Amino acid sequence: MVQSLQTLNETPSQTGGPYVHIGCIPTFAGLDGIYPEDLGARAIEEGAKGQRITITGSVFDGTGWALRDAMIESWQPDAAGLFAGQTGADPAVNGFARFAADGTTGEFTLNTVKPGKVALRSGRFQAPHIALWIVARGINIGLQTRIYFEDEDNSADPLLSRIEQQPRVDTLLAKKTGDGQYRFDIRLQGAGETVFLDM
Amino acid sequence: MTDLGPLIPRNREMHPPAYDVEYKTTIARSPNLPLLSMDSTMTEETGPRFGHNMLGALDNNLILNWTKGAAPAVGERVLMHGRVLDENGRPVPHTLVEIWQANAGGRYRHVKDGYLAPLDPNFGGCGRTITDENGYYEFLTIRPGAYPWPNRGNDWRPMHIHISIFGTGFGQRLISQMYFEGDPLIDRCPIAATIKNRSQLDRLVAPLDMSKSKPLDFLAYKFDIVLRGRRQTMFENKKEGM
Repeated sequence: MVQSLQTLNETPSQTGGPYVHIGCIPTFAGLDGIYPEDLGARAIEEGAKGQRITITGSVFDGTGWALRDAMIESWQPDAAGLFAGQTGADPAVNGFARFAADGTTGEFTLNTVKPGKVALRSGRFQAPHIALWIVARGINIGLQTRIYFEDEDNSADPLLSRIEQQPRVDTLLAKKTGDGQYRFDIRLQGAGETVFLDM
Repeated sequence: MTDLGPLIPRNREMHPPAYDVEYKTTIARSPNLPLLSMDSTMTEETGPRFGHNMLGALDNNLILNWTKGAAPAVGERVLMHGRVLDENGRPVPHTLVEIWQANAGGRYRHVKDGYLAPLDPNFGGCGRTITDENGYYEFLTIRPGAYPWPNRGNDWRPMHIHISIFGTGFGQRLISQMYFEGDPLIDRCPIAATIKNRSQLDRLVAPLDMSKSKPLDFLAYKFDIVLRGRRQTMFENKKEGM
């Protein structure tokens, strides 16, 4: 026998199920009025510094079908690379948002500001990115991924450079479709499968 | 905000695999390629914080919150309570906990649920609270009904309450489900069975807790939750190579 570690195991995940919106985005499920507003209704408030951007996309399953029931959360820093709660962070940037794939089209939309690059403990920098967490029926544990931007310098990003098959980096790059407009599709499986993270 | 330290890497053996042939929806929704495992960064180590001031007085009372206290929901009255801890055994104070569930007949109030059991006009089905300084939370609700779902020929969900927890970093985000002690449907449920480690599944089964049950009012079930912890040693916060 050896000494006991006295640590606990994480509670196991279970799927959010098809009705995850009831708890997370109640107005989407039809529960208007239960709270004054949905949590994470806006990533930014009026007066947020930086470039306003809109990201649209869909979450596709392995057959190419866009999920109609996915719920996504995003977390990002302000235009200077500071997260809400950090000293000097832009008070108009909440950083957190929740949004659902549309029940008819499967398309989601995120309105925010473009994030700044983020310092690591080592002093290196991560290229501008937005963290995503995706849950839905049939997803047993929330999927982590990131949105980077094709029009930023991503060459020194420590995460992107860790991806062995470099063509797969493209799955994490939002594509510019217009002024302040980006497209970011997520593919759960198969050709063009998005790089998912374990961080 | 002080630097709380890196997150302990997730032990994926404690969680369900993405692909499980008995839970059919996972088949086309599970990544085939390996996840990219890396040490957490500030992006995962920070997360949104929510204050007690955002909560309404009835937000953790699902029996009354839908009607704003005008009329109680139908069903067996139940207190769901417990603590949110991290892997180091420390309480996680002031963190948001959200729940959602079916009504006593097994029907969800959702635009896409068409089960033939009726909606309860006095039940919405969601609630939220923020843990206290000891990581403790509680909800007053009704016992949700079991219900059938399209999967294999005749699959039924055991009674369960969905739960979402934030923690202090976005990398700690967790959604899970609480089951009820003694429910025979747990052992027949392909979603519960996605967890391959029986002792891990048992951690999702809340025991009846008569010590918190209120006479002539409600039963209680205890449900503790453990989130990822932080790695803190004297060798953190060093420049690379030092």
